[in-house]
Amino acid sequence: MRSPFDFALALGDDALVAAQRLGEWTSRAPEMEEDVALANIALDQLGAARLLLTYAGELEGAGRDEDALAYLRDDREFRNCLLVELPNGDFAVTMAKLLFLSAYQLPLYSALAGCADERLAAIGAKARKESAYHRDHAALWVRRLGDGTAESHRRMQAAVDQVWPYAHELFAPWPGAPVDPAGLRGDFDAYVGPVLAEATLTRPADGWAPAGGRDGVHTEHLSYLLAEMQVLHRAHPGATW
Amino acid sequence: MYGNDFSAPEDAPGGGLLGEVAAAEAALRAAATRQRGGGPGPDADLEAYFADVIDADQKIEPRDWMPEAYRKTLIRQIAQHAHSEIIGMQPEGNWISRAPSLKRKAILLAKVQDEAGHGLYLYAAAETLGVSRDELVQLLLDGRQKYSSIFNYPTLSWADVGVIGWLVDGAAIVNQVPLCRCSYGPYARAMIRVCKEESFHQRQGYEILHTLAHGTLEQKAMAQDAVDRWWYPSLAMFGPPDGDSTHSARSMAWKIKRFSNDELRQRFVDMCVQQAEILGLTLPDPDLRWNEQCQAYDFTEPDYAELMRVISGEGPCNRQRMEHRRRAHAEGAWVRVAAAAYAAKRSTAREAVAA
Repeated sequence: MRSPFDFALALGDDALVAAQRLGEWTSRAPEMEEDVALANIALDQLGAARLLLTYAGELEGAGRDEDALAYLRDDREFRNCLLVELPNGDFAVTMAKLLFLSAYQLPLYSALAGCADERLAAIGAKARKESAYHRDHAALWVRRLGDGTAESHRRMQAAVDQVWPYAHELFAPWPGAPVDPAGLRGDFDAYVGPVLAEATLTRPADGWAPAGGRDGVHTEHLSYLLAEMQVLHRAHPGATW
Repeated sequence: MYGNDFSAPEDAPGGGLLGEVAAAEAALRAAATRQRGGGPGPDADLEAYFADVIDADQKIEPRDWMPEAYRKTLIRQIAQHAHSEIIGMQPEGNWISRAPSLKRKAILLAKVQDEAGHGLYLYAAAETLGVSRDELVQLLLDGRQKYSSIFNYPTLSWADVGVIGWLVDGAAIVNQVPLCRCSYGPYARAMIRVCKEESFHQRQGYEILHTLAHGTLEQKAMAQDAVDRWWYPSLAMFGPPDGDSTHSARSMAWKIKRFSNDELRQRFVDMCVQQAEILGLTLPDPDLRWNEQCQAYDFTEPDYAELMRVISGEGPCNRQRMEHRRRAHAEGAWVRVAAAAYAAKRSTAREAVAA
């Protein structure tokens, strides 16, 4: 049975790993304005991650703070969905990932804002405004790339095809959670469907639905991501920064 | 601990460098309210009018006549400043993924984001002089315009992030504070905004070092090693000594430049000595000592031959930085083309609806 700690941890890990991937774009974006935008979104995700991990640590009651949770757990202890740990790929893959993530996070945080847990409600209320911007930004690029040139269309369709299977895990039922993600799938489809259509992209058929992130069974990518993220912190046990 | 500023005592009454920025901002507003007689008349001598504006410490604006050489000097200087911000994202960006705490990661991400913003802001200031950002970026990519040579040094440890904030941003601020009074209005206004953010960055860098210097032995050694490697390259940021500086005299006359390279370098050294003492770190110069007569510190000059080598492309990271920038530009080309194609389709669609 998963606990409230697991729920806060899962959401915090989603945001943390997403921030880590987005941060990799710094100084590499297709245009300077996009460098600013991607850093902004990374900062939003990191901010939400810190609030959620701090709260998770308090729920656990074992004295772990945000850094202990971020830096001193191994990949098998991370609870993020597989979607966020996938490599950035090209800009189309990054935008497909961001569209699906934000189209899940926005209804999730909105629902959390009205939940009985006051701390989660406050985090949801703050984060949902940011998610709305992330979703707008990703949708704008998916439309531009889908309906831009022949090459951008090809890349955007390939990105959607590649990432689509990982969206299903986001909505796996979680009975007893403050918000059951299974109830958010309708919002996701209602938003993503028309965006793909406007972008002249084909919605992939449902089928293969990789999962396991919520149970700590990840892709091969996460261990590398964490090795890089944690290397300095772990090299100096007990140091403050 | 580090308060609102950590400048040397001689800056104290004005609140240090940030106080100078505020004073420049006030002067800028005052200059804007003074009448200039509605600009030159139809038969006026434009060159004399330009000289009058400079003499009166007022601002040249984009609509004003200016000598071609003034325009070119400014384009080069502002563009190279913008390029420095964009290339400068790389050495610090190098540590975003490995920042040792989530708080430090957030601060560093925000800082590097600020640099991208400064770059955009400066390119926009350069564009007021009749050149496009795309042209300037191409000059950078072709190696025909430079960026600050300091970014051709590698960031080898986390402490380097702190030292870049403290010394490199510190030197940049000392260089840029006088530019807040530059005779070209858009550049002066850009510098006021940039300096305010840079002073925030400098404080954050100082705080990183303070934490390291008061941390474990390994952390303190990391901080000292970073100071040892960055001290002289930071001194070299002020450029060659006055006798060898090619553009200085005319830029001074035009009030683009307000102080000589050596004056600014001295100011920087005087500012750093006390800060290093508070940090408990040693500046790697055995000849650094207070000179009672000059009321300033004597110090060892940086190796200007090294500076020239780095400027000419033989620093440790010149090739890496340029290759990174060129790759990002090339890999983003299909995205920029797609965005333009999409925008063109949309405007055609709007015209069709309107017709």
